[in-house]
Amino acid sequence: MNQITTISTITLAELCIFAASEAFRGNGEVIATGVGPVPRLAAGLAKLTHSPELMMTDGEAYLVEQPVPIGPRAYDDRKPAGYLPFSRFFDSAVWTGRRHAMVTPTQLDRFGQINLSYMGGTYRQPKTQMLGVRGFPGNTIYHANSFFFPAHGPRVFVPGEVDMISGVGYNPAKRVAGGNYSGVDLKSIVTNLCVMDFGGENNAIRVVSLHPGVTFEDVQEATGFPLEKAPEITVTPLPDAEALAVIAALDPHDIRATVIKDNPPAVRA
Amino acid sequence: MLDKRMSAAEIAAQIKDGMTVGIGGWGPRRKPMALVRELLRSDVKDLTVVAYGGADVGMLCAAGKVRKLVFAFVSLDAIPLEPWFRKSRESGALEVLELDEGMFQWGLKAAAFGLPFLPTRVGLGTDLAALGGLKTVQSPYDDGETLIAMPALKLDVALLHVNRSDRRGNVQVFGPDSYYDEWFAKAAAKTFVSCEELVDRMEDHYPEQARDNLFERCFVSGVIEMPGGAHPSSMPPHYGWDMKAFKAYAAAAKDPGDWSAVQDRFVGANEADYLNSIGGKEAVAALPLPIF
Repeated sequence: MNQITTISTITLAELCIFAASEAFRGNGEVIATGVGPVPRLAAGLAKLTHSPELMMTDGEAYLVEQPVPIGPRAYDDRKPAGYLPFSRFFDSAVWTGRRHAMVTPTQLDRFGQINLSYMGGTYRQPKTQMLGVRGFPGNTIYHANSFFFPAHGPRVFVPGEVDMISGVGYNPAKRVAGGNYSGVDLKSIVTNLCVMDFGGENNAIRVVSLHPGVTFEDVQEATGFPLEKAPEITVTPLPDAEALAVIAALDPHDIRATVIKDNPPAVRA
Repeated sequence: MLDKRMSAAEIAAQIKDGMTVGIGGWGPRRKPMALVRELLRSDVKDLTVVAYGGADVGMLCAAGKVRKLVFAFVSLDAIPLEPWFRKSRESGALEVLELDEGMFQWGLKAAAFGLPFLPTRVGLGTDLAALGGLKTVQSPYDDGETLIAMPALKLDVALLHVNRSDRRGNVQVFGPDSYYDEWFAKAAAKTFVSCEELVDRMEDHYPEQARDNLFERCFVSGVIEMPGGAHPSSMPPHYGWDMKAFKAYAAAAKDPGDWSAVQDRFVGANEADYLNSIGGKEAVAALPLPIF
């Protein structure tokens, strides 16, 4: 009875954090950067459970060995063990390939090309200006990247190609002769429906696990391009008690409850 | 004794129509906002602005001072999309060169070293090169690798806000991160520095902190003491950003979002008036440091 009660209280966000933390397993001594609550909690969970060798920052300039909880807290709760400011981020982490970032771009296409610059219109006059490419062109040609999307749909997983290619994917038409693309390493895509990777034909995106109660057809319908299937599609595992405790400790204000619309349970009714 | 002190008006007068101006800091952090406000009070126009952008870029765009923007992002962090920058972009008013954050500092370094470009892999496989007119070079060695030639981002002027300086331009920069301020200083023909604290001779006051001399005084053309000069951006360890002020500034961009009607609130007739309007430099000094 207790077991059932516990499972029914696990949220989809927690399942996603648990699934996303797997992307950081066995990466070695690299900077694990999670941008946004779910990716950041996933990186912290990975470091505190299966991959203590991961490195991470306090979100500002210092390296910490104890992941910093998210949300309001005292300024000096952070205990720096090292230093990695933006002023040497490219020298140390990005252009040396010693990083794995998990981020949420605005669009992603079948080649894994991503966009967070602008949508519609032109370079000179975009219809909708977003952030700008930030560090994505460099991140994607130099180090591992994974993605988290809280609302899997065709506006995110677009048909055709993204409006402005802000991050490198596996599109053969975008390779110039003599260019070195050996650092392009797109790993995992975690969404509110499933986990996918780039292990299909010519790095095609394929579904590797479905969250409880979700079908492949559900995922395909919410995706603007055809998906491949892993040889054996599994059910995304529920986080265990240890993982849930770590997640709760790293997110004492339950910010994770605000990430996915209506904060649904991990197991679909 | 060498004395590089200048008034804000004298610094602004150094910036002429059509010049390329680099602005230090990063997003909502360590921005030389008091000097930017001085530009906003001047008649200068047609600037090319080179910045890791925050409200500095948003305000200059809103005021129609910018002909061309060189950027990798414009953001206020907690307010991810800078609304005044967004309006300018969507109106088609700006010529732009959009760069990756790392390419951007690489371009500053090329300028600092007097090189036409520095090679990089960054940009390959994206739309940056085609849209920005960036060309490739081939390695002359056996690898023959094709690389993007990131052009030098040569600046006529750089504006920076630092923690301390002396009259000769010996700066000290604290806080957890100095971003790319030193490279803005070295990429520019002239760098003007505002500071929280100005002393006559650094060696007589803070010799034990000479390690914090981020860049040498040969890269400094003028200095001015402007406590609170980064407001509303953050200036650790002195003060954090003013999120209330950022929110008011962002809200003012909503319809009709006419900058000329609101500039006075965010710029003031002069810096003393501006500081008074936000409760004085004491109120700025009391802003808590942000938590990430």
